[in-house]
Amino acid sequence: MPADRILLHPRALRVLARAGALAAMLWLAPAQAVDAPPAGEIAPTVAADPRLEADVQELAHKLRCLVCQNQSIAESNAPLALDLRNQVREQLAAGRSKQDVVDYLVARYGDFVLYEPPVKGITLLLWGGPAALLLAGIGWLAYRVRRRAVESAALTALSEAEHARAQALLAGGAPGDAPPSSANRESRS
Amino acid sequence: MKAKFLVPLFLFLGLAGFLAFGLTLNPREVPSPLIDKPAPAFTLARVDDPAQQFSLADMRGKVWLLNVWASWCVACRQEHPVLVDLAHRNLVPVVGLNYKEVRGDGQLDARGMALDAETGLAVERARRWLGEHGNPYMLSVLDIDGRVGIDFGVYGVPETFLIDGNGKIRYKHIGPITPENLQQVILPKVEEVRRAG
Repeated sequence: MPADRILLHPRALRVLARAGALAAMLWLAPAQAVDAPPAGEIAPTVAADPRLEADVQELAHKLRCLVCQNQSIAESNAPLALDLRNQVREQLAAGRSKQDVVDYLVARYGDFVLYEPPVKGITLLLWGGPAALLLAGIGWLAYRVRRRAVESAALTALSEAEHARAQALLAGGAPGDAPPSSANRESRS
Repeated sequence: MKAKFLVPLFLFLGLAGFLAFGLTLNPREVPSPLIDKPAPAFTLARVDDPAQQFSLADMRGKVWLLNVWASWCVACRQEHPVLVDLAHRNLVPVVGLNYKEVRGDGQLDARGMALDAETGLAVERARRWLGEHGNPYMLSVLDIDGRVGIDFGVYGVPETFLIDGNGKIRYKHIGPITPENLQQVILPKVEEVRRAG
């Protein structure tokens, strides 16, 4: 099998090892990106006050980078993310509240910059959808359970004729119109 | 009730319909919240004469396009002939917003560069590029640090804004303008805005 040969080839093994190392690096990358950018990148500016910087980082993690859309502006090294981080830092340092900064960015880039979309008309389905689905599921389940209960009650309830026959059987009589038992049927075939 | 077994099929078709619609959308195009809002005011130095300033208010009463560009922007090269052609036809004035000419260039290290030096370099680079590729702009202004870009919600170059006589943004085009975009969307919008206001 050629696939086996490729897998066992030493060069392929080296490639695999390298791929594994790369995967590990990628996995570790987000942590590294914040702490120590690779040489040549623009070093992140950091606020002198650690509490302010913590606020900046907290906010930056909630804001989506518009260039690499699946990263927050804290994680992304795109130039725009850097600019936006600086904006956040500058405005917080100037004494604006976090909400002010969020409003500032939403006014320019829309709700898209928020990882947590606000509750409003257009997002009602998004926020209420799971609860509505859950309620619908519970309702459907309740309906099915009740209907099954009614159906099985109808099945187990005996009509008057059945009741009379059951009485006769229990009394030990041999009713003429008894259906052939399964044993009888088997012996006949 | 007999066709109950068809329910999952229709559920699937509905879901497939939504997904198919989703495939036609471009996730890179983030709708701008600035549409039909006043364009953010700015005053910036001009590329042709950095000693002179240009501000948004200078265009009051005119319907015009603000085109965000930079010499390092590859897609701008693609759209540039379309803008040059538009300028020849004299249909609508286009103002260029030169976005982060120096510090936006990934091949250049602008750290530690004094603002004056950076502005000088930006002017030189912008002029050279316009000289090479043609200048379709009524004028271009320098957004050295990209701050005006942020105010306009720019997240990539090129982007183009249609601004009406009252200084309101009426339309935003994201990415390079193709001749089709210009003919079928932008120019009709310009006409519409002119008629309206």
